[in-house]
Amino acid sequence: MSAAPKHEQYDVVVIGAGPAGLAATTATARAGLSTLLLDENAGPGGQVWRAIGATPVKNEALLGADYWSGAEIARAARDSGAEIIHRATVWSLDRNLELGVSVGGGSAFIKAKRVIIATGAQERPFPIPGWTLPGVMTAGAAQTMLKSSGLVPDGPTVLAGQGPLLWLLAAQILRLGGRIDRVLDTTPRANYLAALPHAFAFMTSLYFVKGLAMMREVRAKVKVTTGVTELAAAGTDRLESVSYVTAGGRRERLPVELLLLHHGVVPNVNLAMAAGVEHRWNELQLCWTPVLDADGNSSIPGITIAGDGAGIGGAQAALWRGRIAAERAIKALRPTAKVSDLSPQLKRAERGRTFLDVLFRPAKQFRIPDGDTIVCRCEEITAKDVLDSVAIGATGPNQLKAYRRTGMGPCQGRLCGLTVTELMAEARGKSPQEIGYYRLRAPVKPIMLSELASLPKSDEATKAVVRG
Amino acid sequence: MFKRAEDDGRRALTIHVEGQAISAREGDTVSAALLASGLDVRRDTAVSGAKRLPYCMMGVCFDCLVTIDGVGNRQGCLVPVAEGMQIEIQKGKREIGK
Repeated sequence: MSAAPKHEQYDVVVIGAGPAGLAATTATARAGLSTLLLDENAGPGGQVWRAIGATPVKNEALLGADYWSGAEIARAARDSGAEIIHRATVWSLDRNLELGVSVGGGSAFIKAKRVIIATGAQERPFPIPGWTLPGVMTAGAAQTMLKSSGLVPDGPTVLAGQGPLLWLLAAQILRLGGRIDRVLDTTPRANYLAALPHAFAFMTSLYFVKGLAMMREVRAKVKVTTGVTELAAAGTDRLESVSYVTAGGRRERLPVELLLLHHGVVPNVNLAMAAGVEHRWNELQLCWTPVLDADGNSSIPGITIAGDGAGIGGAQAALWRGRIAAERAIKALRPTAKVSDLSPQLKRAERGRTFLDVLFRPAKQFRIPDGDTIVCRCEEITAKDVLDSVAIGATGPNQLKAYRRTGMGPCQGRLCGLTVTELMAEARGKSPQEIGYYRLRAPVKPIMLSELASLPKSDEATKAVVRG
Repeated sequence: MFKRAEDDGRRALTIHVEGQAISAREGDTVSAALLASGLDVRRDTAVSGAKRLPYCMMGVCFDCLVTIDGVGNRQGCLVPVAEGMQIEIQKGKREIGK
């Protein structure tokens, strides 16, 4: 499982073994292309099907049919003839389609004719006061532990935020006998009206009936406070309480040991951006999304992006995007091969997404913090620090690095990038697109210097640094 | 903070946290096993020494950094436990040689 890639060159390298990556791998390998699938986790599934095949939660009703649908997709990839390596970190990708990959403490460079980036999504940063305290985690974190280790909260626990995942997690925790004391719903009241024009498409989508049933299931067992407009975690060296302001303007406090935050997911852009793929600010989803054609082709020839990394669309859309990216690779490398048009299926899977995007568009105060609230968790830089830097001349995220080291810690901007862009845009009266994002570079994940040093060196590389 | 589901049939194995033996399950990540142990597993940040626990559990936040078998700055949420694994809670920066 943790062996290095067997070859130096592949027709197709797929990065990420979630829905898009598994579907793409299956399709290209079945078409006879040499395919390598690289994934950071211990097994297939990505986040949505995490620990599929390994979860201790065997009763299928507990995690739901959508989760278990991943088993067949993972099995198909395994049996497709592709080479699959887990616990592999792709730390470099360039426009020549050369990849740096770290497996088991050693690194190698490999070449691809086509690369399919399927690195998916991460949770949107949720910078409220106290969000770095031990005991504040993301909803996704709790769901990861639930799926892969059967762990559920057993102390005083509050879920706060908005979006489908929050309700799914609440339902799953309750089904497994875990504890939830309160759900604080931060969906802005105005969003319901804004989302109304998109409601018909949603009501005839895959999400509607399942979503309603899940919310009813949770509401039957847990008190839900809707229209929450402020949220703060407090405690000394660990979380002790969460305070919030209700729709009626009343401030209330709950003693709590665990606070699970969620307001949606955003594309995981680090690898694609470091490869030089052009991204633009997406005003609807409030994040950076890659510039792609209908088949998922990026601004760099040979690199396609599939799944939520292409813009949030959910697991079903990710499957079809993965298959479409695969067909594109097959067509490029085997021009005589027959490929079918899968765009109607993708369209069907994306139905209802705009409604979710508008309804669960997070409120400004939960995206753009102020005062002493930490923006950059790694370097412990507050909103005020960022604004002070703007006041003395920092123009964008890359200048801010020189002022405050934001984005230069181990997470490489994953947990502060969107916040910094929006915060600086607002302070400078510019659009996020004008303000821009951190310039990301390889290695996109920290690796040991010894790993770099022990890579085989070409004569050119040696000549480039040796004097005389 | 967390408890295990009752019907968890996975094989138990032992890891050591600061020398103390704790029981984990095959398939747990280091971070999950630490959070399930009930021990105080808060690390100190490199910048201010503030206390932290894992935040994202999916490899993006780096708040799960831990020393595993003598190697510092490992992302505990991405490393599966193995029998006899030695875990040290990281206090501040990674030390040279670790």
